[in-house]
Amino acid sequence: MSKDKTDVLHGSLAFMVLRTLDTLGPQHGWGIARRIEQISGDALELNQGTLYPALLRLQQMGWITSKWGASENNRRARFYAITRAGKKQLATEAENWERISDIIARFVRPTRESS
Amino acid sequence: MTKLRVLLWRLSGVVRKGNLEQDMDEELNYHLQMEIAENLRKGMTPEEAKSAAQRRLGGIAQIKETYRETHGLPVLQVLWQDLRFGFRMLRRSPGFSILAILCLTLGIGANAAVFSWIEGVLLRPFPLVTHQERVLAVSTTSRGMSGYSDVSWPDFLDFQKGCTLIDAFIADKIMGVTLSIGDRAERVSAGIVSANYFDALGVHPILGRGFEPGEDSGRNAHPVTVISYQMWKDRFNGDPAIIGKTQILNGLRHTIVGVAPEGFYGTFVGYAFQLWVPASMEETFETGGYKLEDRGARWIEGFVRLKPGVTREQAQQEISAVAQRLETDYPETNRGRGIKLFPLWQTPFNNAGALAPTLGIALAVVIFVLLIACANVGNLLLVRSFARRHEMTVRLALGADRFRLLRQLLTEGLILSTFAAAGGLVVAHWCRNLLVRLIPWRGVPMYLAGELDWRVFALSAGVCLFSTLLFALVPAIQSGKIDLAAALKAESSGVVGGRGRAWIRSSLVLVQVSLSFLLLVGAGLVIQSLQAIRGASPGFSTEGVLNTAVNLFAAGYDAQRAKNFQDQLMERVQALPGVESASYARITPFSYRSYSSAPIAVDGYQAPPDEQPTADYDEVGPGYFSTMGIPLVSGREFNRVDDENALLVAIVNEPMGAQFWRGADPVGSRVQVKGRWMQVVGVAKLSKYRNFLETPKPFFYVPLRQNFSTQVGLNIRTTQPPQTMAAALAREVHALDADLALYEVITMREQVDRTTSSQRIAVMLLGVFGGLAVLLAAVGLYGVMSYAVSQSTRELGLRMALGARASDLLRLVMSHGLALTAGGVVLGSAAALALTRLLGYLLYKVSPRDPLAFGSAFAVMTIAALAACFLPAWRATRTDPARALRD
Repeated sequence: MSKDKTDVLHGSLAFMVLRTLDTLGPQHGWGIARRIEQISGDALELNQGTLYPALLRLQQMGWITSKWGASENNRRARFYAITRAGKKQLATEAENWERISDIIARFVRPTRESS
Repeated sequence: MTKLRVLLWRLSGVVRKGNLEQDMDEELNYHLQMEIAENLRKGMTPEEAKSAAQRRLGGIAQIKETYRETHGLPVLQVLWQDLRFGFRMLRRSPGFSILAILCLTLGIGANAAVFSWIEGVLLRPFPLVTHQERVLAVSTTSRGMSGYSDVSWPDFLDFQKGCTLIDAFIADKIMGVTLSIGDRAERVSAGIVSANYFDALGVHPILGRGFEPGEDSGRNAHPVTVISYQMWKDRFNGDPAIIGKTQILNGLRHTIVGVAPEGFYGTFVGYAFQLWVPASMEETFETGGYKLEDRGARWIEGFVRLKPGVTREQAQQEISAVAQRLETDYPETNRGRGIKLFPLWQTPFNNAGALAPTLGIALAVVIFVLLIACANVGNLLLVRSFARRHEMTVRLALGADRFRLLRQLLTEGLILSTFAAAGGLVVAHWCRNLLVRLIPWRGVPMYLAGELDWRVFALSAGVCLFSTLLFALVPAIQSGKIDLAAALKAESSGVVGGRGRAWIRSSLVLVQVSLSFLLLVGAGLVIQSLQAIRGASPGFSTEGVLNTAVNLFAAGYDAQRAKNFQDQLMERVQALPGVESASYARITPFSYRSYSSAPIAVDGYQAPPDEQPTADYDEVGPGYFSTMGIPLVSGREFNRVDDENALLVAIVNEPMGAQFWRGADPVGSRVQVKGRWMQVVGVAKLSKYRNFLETPKPFFYVPLRQNFSTQVGLNIRTTQPPQTMAAALAREVHALDADLALYEVITMREQVDRTTSSQRIAVMLLGVFGGLAVLLAAVGLYGVMSYAVSQSTRELGLRMALGARASDLLRLVMSHGLALTAGGVVLGSAAALALTRLLGYLLYKVSPRDPLAFGSAFAVMTIAALAACFLPAWRATRTDPARALRD
């Protein structure tokens, strides 16, 4: 494994999943995994196995739903879709992440006033 | 909200597994296929594509486990697994399970039963009465005297007026009432109560009403009664139109105004009241005239209910201040008189006070039994844990953490003790009415039942958890020590009495032996005490003297009619064949009725200031001392001359003579009782008056005719058995007045025996549990020794091969078992020496360190130990050296 890949930041996986489903509409697990890797420009080392328990947790929170359906190659697959509660959560989390990355950015390039 | 949602989802996940596994497989499989296809598109070879895909996904088993854990509630699932596994293990060895559950049922059941007795007899003795924790008993004290007396009605009213911290004063006096039903008379116990009785207790009659304010005032003004549910059902067949009907009580017609609810037995620990009358009717039911205006007549057995949040100390301070005021306001009746509030379990005037220490001992005994039972089950589990050591080792080797194993063992223990607790509550339910059976029947309905309420349940559940920890941790400690490498290798062989694993089991046996030794010593002491009481002389004849009574008071006789009747009956009785002598007495010794008590003054005796000497006395007829066999040390006894018209006389007992005359012969000098001077004509030898354990105190006798009472007992010295005499007496009484009922005819021996119920309860408890404890300890010892022998076959074989004879091996094994027993006996003796003095109040003429009790406990323990060790020792001698060394 290359060293320049980053581990998924704790708690950010849920956000990425929600954003993916919001943008692409219903997806199956592999699709979500691929999309996350693509968006990150393959810079993110996603342990794909951790995705599934995360998906279950999101369902338990009521932010996504799942149902079995046929995939593009006509095989049975489980499709996940974002719910209204999920969209609301996505908005809050987006705001959150923006604020956090803002703060982190200030630490990364400290200016004279803030240090 | 979300948290709740997640919890619900997960909870449902515990049970609703459904297609979880299949779905998981399918989804992960689909993922792999897609990844492989993608990799192939990127130009990898099929093998590369597959392994790369697998690498990216990670360990399938691991994902599934995380997934499963997220799906349900892991804690619950593990518990569920432990429970199912535990049940399976217990089902697989039913013999062990049943034995363990029986042991624990005994331990937990005995505890639950005693808890329920303490709850139902001492802490909340009055069913249906609300807020019993705020109810206190109230009694009068006298400065310089021990003991307590009742409260007078005027004092009672003044306390009520003067106390702000107390919600309600409840007056109550138990009495025997004669009911007339058609042509037969029946005795019941009843309460003379203040008008607020039912309201203050929070008991609401199911028919009619309780008493109304004002019904407790006005001499004989309110002949009304509230009857018990039992009486309504039994005597009036549950007549729905009962209210307004009448019933003759002590010869006077009373109107029934109410029916008490089912399960309300009144407010006297030990008896079930059948009816209640207001205090205004006191004169009809109590001898001694009208007392509602007499501050000196102390007859009320009262209770108070505190206002919420008030402590007993605060209320005591307030009521004592009122009592002090009354002392200055009414010095002639109240000088030196105080007042004391008691928690219900210390109530001085009912059976609670007498039962409290006995129940305390019962509690100690059952806790010991529980410990012994736990030790035994711990031992059984330990044996099993050796058998299961292989299983445990394999589980450890496969990576189970030790905590999980511990939890498994505790779960199994909890299953056992839960079963046992359920069984124990059934046992406690059966034992609810056991106490009342140990207390002699006195001809009136009694109520002395255990109470199985939520507090008892909670406490029993606590005991169940506590004992689980005790016994289940024993094998857990053991399993914590499993040495993987050593245990997976062949069974290492032990040595008889060798150190190592055996020490836990040996110490368990040590605990068992010492506790059962302690119980045996206790049992020995109370049995001896009971025998000492049986063999002791109370100072009067117990053989050849019969006792009975005719209640002329309840039949409505006035004094003159009663005197005539008593004279006629006495003539007839003395003429009966086999009668040596007969005499009346208001109170017969050892009866449950109380003696009169009066302030006294003696010529030439100066009482300390602030102190009013008082003494109990009895009103007795001519020939009383010869009939009862009480010797006179000086002077003469009463005779027919000592009547209303003669000089007032008295006979004092020895301690009274010693205290007030300081060694001089009292005969010829005077004593003042209730303001009347009496000439002392005799000194009686000290005898027991109420029970065997009372301490000697001043007591005197006055002639019945000079202090007349219509309610007297009849004592007869005769060689005839009670049944013959009862028939003859009933004929004579009937010939004089067909409406009179004769009380039961019993020997004085019987009367004396009835006061030993505390001792008999103790003998029953200590005897039964002591026996069981020895049995359990013997089983424990047997288990340890058998196991030791079976584990050291190789050593035994070796010894035999080297020339040891069977008797040597027998001695080897026996001596090990007996050493354990000896250790237990030493520990038990030390504990017994420290603890048996708590039995003091039960012990009559027996020292708490009585060598006979210790000796016989030692003998019983030794025999049990020999029996328990013999079989394993004998088996040791049958070891086949060749086989033992080969195996």
